[in-house]
Amino acid sequence: MKLEMDRDRSRREILQAAAALAGGVLLSIRPAAATPEMMKDAVRAVIGEAPVKKGKVNLDLPPLVENGNSVPCTVAVESPMTAADYVKAIHIFNEKNPQPNVISVKLGPRAGRAGFSTRIRLADSQTVTAIAELSDGSFWSDDIDVIVTLAACIEDPKP
Amino acid sequence: MARALIHVPATAKKGEIIEIKTLISHVMETGYRIGVTGQPIPRDIIEDFACTYNGEEIFHAKLYPAIAANPYITFFTVATESGTLAFSWTDQHGATQVQTAAITVE
Repeated sequence: MKLEMDRDRSRREILQAAAALAGGVLLSIRPAAATPEMMKDAVRAVIGEAPVKKGKVNLDLPPLVENGNSVPCTVAVESPMTAADYVKAIHIFNEKNPQPNVISVKLGPRAGRAGFSTRIRLADSQTVTAIAELSDGSFWSDDIDVIVTLAACIEDPKP
Repeated sequence: MARALIHVPATAKKGEIIEIKTLISHVMETGYRIGVTGQPIPRDIIEDFACTYNGEEIFHAKLYPAIAANPYITFFTVATESGTLAFSWTDQHGATQVQTAAITVE
């Protein structure tokens, strides 16, 4: 009986040690994630101190993502896209990837329609923001909350 | 550098808004992943993508590591005249790949 207990305890100790080790490894390989503050700084670095209003922009991402390595992402901005009134630039930012920037696009009236699609990486469930700069100097934005079940950026490569 | 796929309509009516789809094969390695040897895998990113229509720039994107591997980008332009669309991808080492597509505007 004593032998049984000993074995039981040592098994528990080994399990605890293994869990601690795994936790340590996970912490050490995980790169420092961006924070919402870093995202705000990145936004300010790109657009300056201009106020950003909600609206006009439509950011389309699936609300539930199984694999953060490739997430389809579409932005469309309401704009006539004429020489007098057009979208100059569209930027996408995220809160929790290692880096807050995703993509910055320059457009002009030649585009005809203000928008683009791409595929992005998401390291965690987070808010993704798109900001459009119009030719009159105003900034408009849209946010979307995305839940990610398998994160990108930090997974181990296939051996 | 790599294989690129471009889809541009072969013909379009003058003034029509056309959609352009591009994809290039590239790892877009973030530099944040750890390799099997325990060392970080070096960053390797396409940082710049541009499209010109008969020499005039119509679309320009700055890409960050948050763009998925094999960057796929679609965008729009107005078909103004027959000619050539040139697409260029530039990676962080300065290597540029250029690919062109012809369009006939009626």
